[in-house]
Amino acid sequence: MSQTFTPICSVDQILPNTGVAALVDGRHVAVFRVGADRFHAIDNIDPRSGASVLSRGLIGNLGERVVVASPLYKNHFDLNTGECLEAPEQSVKAHSVQVQDGRVFIALN
Amino acid sequence: MHIVLIGHGMVGQKFLESLAEGHAASDVQVTVLCEEPRPAYDRVHLSEFFSGKSAEDLSLVPAGFFESNPGFQLRLAAKATAIERRDHTITLADGSVITYDKLVLATGSYPFVPAVPGRDRPHCHVYRTIEDLEAMQASGKVSKSGVVIGGGLLGLECAKALRDMGLQTHVVEFAPRLMAVQVDEGGGRVLREKIEALGVQVHTNRNTVEITDGVSARHRLVFTDGTWLETDMLVFSAGIRPRDELGRQCVLAIGPRGGVVIDDHCRTSDRNVYAIGEVAAWNEQTFGLVAPGYEMARVTARHILGDAEAAFTGADMSTKLKLMGVDVASIGDAHGKTPKCRSYQFVDERKQIYKKIVVSEDGQFLLGAVLVGDAEEYGTLLQMALNGIKLPADPEFLILPSSDGKAKVGIGPDALPDTAQLCSCNNVTKGQICAAVGEGCTTIGDIKACTKAGATCGGCVPLVTQVMKLEMGKRGMAVNNHICEHFPHSRQELYHLIRVGGLKTFSELLAKHGKGLGCDICKPAAASIFASCWNDFVLKPELAALQDSNDYYLGNIQKDGSYSVVPRMPGGEVTPDGLIAVGQVAKKYGLYTKITGGARVDMFGARVEQLPFIWEELIAAGFESGHAYGKSLRTVKSCVGSTWCRYGVDDSVGLAVEIENRYKGLRAPHKIKFGVSGCTRECAEAQGKDVGVIATDKGWNLYVCGNGGMKPRHAELIASDLTKADLIKYIDRFLMFYVRTADRLQRTSTWRDNMEGGLDYLRDVVINDSLGLGAELEAQMQAVVDTYQCEWKTAVTTPEVRQRFRSFVNSDKADEQIIFVEERGQIRPARPEERADETEAQPA
Repeated sequence: MSQTFTPICSVDQILPNTGVAALVDGRHVAVFRVGADRFHAIDNIDPRSGASVLSRGLIGNLGERVVVASPLYKNHFDLNTGECLEAPEQSVKAHSVQVQDGRVFIALN
Repeated sequence: MHIVLIGHGMVGQKFLESLAEGHAASDVQVTVLCEEPRPAYDRVHLSEFFSGKSAEDLSLVPAGFFESNPGFQLRLAAKATAIERRDHTITLADGSVITYDKLVLATGSYPFVPAVPGRDRPHCHVYRTIEDLEAMQASGKVSKSGVVIGGGLLGLECAKALRDMGLQTHVVEFAPRLMAVQVDEGGGRVLREKIEALGVQVHTNRNTVEITDGVSARHRLVFTDGTWLETDMLVFSAGIRPRDELGRQCVLAIGPRGGVVIDDHCRTSDRNVYAIGEVAAWNEQTFGLVAPGYEMARVTARHILGDAEAAFTGADMSTKLKLMGVDVASIGDAHGKTPKCRSYQFVDERKQIYKKIVVSEDGQFLLGAVLVGDAEEYGTLLQMALNGIKLPADPEFLILPSSDGKAKVGIGPDALPDTAQLCSCNNVTKGQICAAVGEGCTTIGDIKACTKAGATCGGCVPLVTQVMKLEMGKRGMAVNNHICEHFPHSRQELYHLIRVGGLKTFSELLAKHGKGLGCDICKPAAASIFASCWNDFVLKPELAALQDSNDYYLGNIQKDGSYSVVPRMPGGEVTPDGLIAVGQVAKKYGLYTKITGGARVDMFGARVEQLPFIWEELIAAGFESGHAYGKSLRTVKSCVGSTWCRYGVDDSVGLAVEIENRYKGLRAPHKIKFGVSGCTRECAEAQGKDVGVIATDKGWNLYVCGNGGMKPRHAELIASDLTKADLIKYIDRFLMFYVRTADRLQRTSTWRDNMEGGLDYLRDVVINDSLGLGAELEAQMQAVVDTYQCEWKTAVTTPEVRQRFRSFVNSDKADEQIIFVEERGQIRPARPEERADETEAQPA
C-alpha cells in the first residue's frame, strides 16, 4: 500500500521533547519530537474528552514504551501504536512520519 | 468442544474472559447468543448513561476481544427460544437450530412489575437495559415530574437519573423505609433525610393500587389508603426476577423462589448445562449483585476446562455504594437477627451520619454493620466480620468519630489472615498481594497489573496499599518513595540534588541522577524545583518541554482544550479602568467571565492562538500574569481593612497587596493561597489558607497550613503580634522550608499533617531557627523575589516563544473542536449532544 506523505513543518518548528498539532487532510494529528531526531505522530484528539490536545501532553517513557500523557486526564498513549495504556478501548491511531531535508512529513494510516 | 453461552451481560462477558485466560489451545469454540442489539455493557454504572456516557462508554468488551479470540463468536439480537437437552440443540427466534457440547445460561433477570391496573400506560418504564434508558430519556423530555416505584438500591439509582433529567422526583416505597433489605430503621431514617435534602421526595408505606389519568399531570397513582400522587412519568423498580423461562421450558430443576438450581460447580440438574449470575439459584438463593455472578463465571469456566475442584462457595452480600452522593454500606447481619446479639449505634443528626455495629453475644466478634452518611470504616469492619477477627475491648470506638486527631482504633492489616479477600471485584486475597510483593511488585500500579486488585472499583486500594507496604517492610524492602521510575529519589532528594549540584536543566539532572526519558510525573516536578531554585523563564527552550500544558501555555486548560485567562489583581484590588479593560478584552474575544473564589476575574474560552493577543492587551492595561495556571502563589485574599471598615484594626488590603507582590511567581510543590484579615472578625477567611495573617491591636498574627477545598483544615497560629518585618521574615522561611521539604503536589496542610514533631517542630524551625537555616531560607526567597518577571510579558515579546501559540503548526485555522453555545448571556462549551449538530465526525 502506498502512502501519501504531506509536508508539515520544519524540524526546527518542534522543540525537542515537545509536540505540535497539524492538520493533515482535515485530520488533527499530534507530531512529537523525542530527543533531537526521533519523530512520532498520533491522532491529536483525546478520545476521553473529545478535545484536540494530545500534542500538548508531556512526553516520556513508561518502561519500554515511549508515551505522551494527555494534558486533561493524564491518560498515556504509546507514541508508536497510539494505544491508550490505561484504557485500550480509548486508543488512537498512529501515523507515519518521515524527515527529509529538515522537513517533517506525515502520512495518515 | 463447542460451548454455547446464552446471555451476554456482565456475567456472560466475565465467563468469556475467564475462559480466554484459562484455555491454552484453540480447541474451545464458543457461540454467544445475545438477545440485545449490543454486546455486554456495565449495568452497575448504568445511571451514568444519564450523565452523558454513551452505550459505547459503558461497553464491557475490551477492544479487539473477539478478534483476539477467534474461537468466540458473538451473535447479537439472537434470542434463544427453546432448548432440547436430549439432542443438545437450541432453537433461535429466527427458527435456526444450533448444537452444543456444554451450555451456559447467563440470561440474568427481568424487572418485576407489580400487577397494578394501569401499569401499561404510556410513559411507564422499567430500568434494566439501555433501550429502557433511552425510553426513559424520551419520556423525561416531555415530563415535568417522575415517580420511581421501589426505594431499593436500583430505585434510588433510578431516582438520581430522573433528578438529573431535571424532573421533580418522587420515590414511592412499599416498606416503611428506603433500602429495607440492606439498612435498618435508624439508617433508613438518616438515608431518607439525606435523599430528601437532595430534592427527592420520599413516600414510604405506600402501596399503589391503581394508575389512572391525572389532573395536574399525566398519571395519578392511587394508594391503598386513598391518597394519591400525580406524575408525568413512572419507573418501576420493585425488584428483579430470574429469567429462568428457558430452564423451565427444558425442565431443569427450578428453585422454590425461581431461578435455575445449580450445584457448587454451577451445574444445573443437567450436567452439561450450567447457570451463572442472576438466573442461578444456589442453596435456594439468587444473587442480585455482580460479584457473586463473577465468581460463578470464573468457577464455571474453570470447571468446563477440566478443573473438577472449582467450586462456588456462596457470597458475602455486604455492599458499599454512593447513592446520589450519599455513602451507604451494609455488612453481614445488618438487622441484628442473630439470637442474643448486641448492637452499638452512633447517630449524628447534624451531619446526618448513622452507624451501627452488631456484635456477638460475648462481644468478641463483629456480625454486621450499617453505615449511612459516612462509610469510611467499611473496609475495616468488613474484614473484621469476614475473618472473625477478635474485636477490641471497646468496640464502640470502631464507629465513634475520632477526637483530637488521634488515630482510630482499627485493625492493622497485620491482623488479617492470608485468606482475607481484599478485592472482592477480582477476588484477590491478602496472601496474593503478599506473594506479588515477593515477586517484585513495589507500587500500587504493579500490584494492580499483577493481581488486578483495585483495578475495577478501586475501593480496596487504601487497604491493599497498606498490606503491600507492610509486606515490603517485613521483607526488608525499603518502602519506595521514589518519585517515578526515572529517578531513585524522593522529591526532597531531587530538590537537594538540584540546589546543591547547581543543576539547571533536565538533561543534566537525568544524566547525573536518573535514567530514561522522564515522564509526566518527574518532568513537572523538576520544572517546579528549577523554578523555585533559579527562577529562570519557564518557557526557555530547555525548560519548556518539562512544563505541564498549563505552564506551557500559561493558562488553565479546560475540558474542551481551550484555556482560561486570569490577570493578577493583588489583594483583590482593581481600579475601575482595570475592570473596564478586562471587560473590553473579554468582550472583544468573546470570553466567558466569572469572579473566582480568590477574588479576581477569570476569562474562559480562549484558544491558544488568541492567548498572546489577549495578554498583549491586558499587559498594556497594566496587568500581569495571575499564575492561576501554576503550582505557585495564587491569590492573597483580603477584607477591606481599617481603611474603610469601622471595625478594622489594621490595613489588611495594603499588606495583602505587598505580600502578593512579594511572592507572586514563586513556584512550589503545589499551589499556595494567602488571606489577610484586618481584624478578628476574619472576613478574609485567612485561617482557611496556606498562610493566614490577622491584624491584632499589637501587630499581626501568623497562621499556617490551613486549607479549604477537599479536606478543610484550620490553619494554626504559629506566631503572634508580629511586626511587619518579622512577619515577612517568617513567611519567607516558612514557604522556602515547604518548597524544600514537601512531596510533589502536597499542599501545606498535608505536609504539616505528615510532619514528625508537628506544629512545635515547624515553629522551632521557622521562628526559633532550630536548624540554623533561617538566613539561608530568607536569602533563597529574596533571590526569587529579585528575579521575578511577568511570564506573559516575556512570552509575548519573545518571538520564538510567541510563535508556539498556534492551534496547528501548518495552518492558521482555529481548532474547530472548540465549540461554544450561549447560556445566560455568555458562552459555554457545547455538550456532546450539542456538538454532534455542529460538527461532522472526523474522517476515519
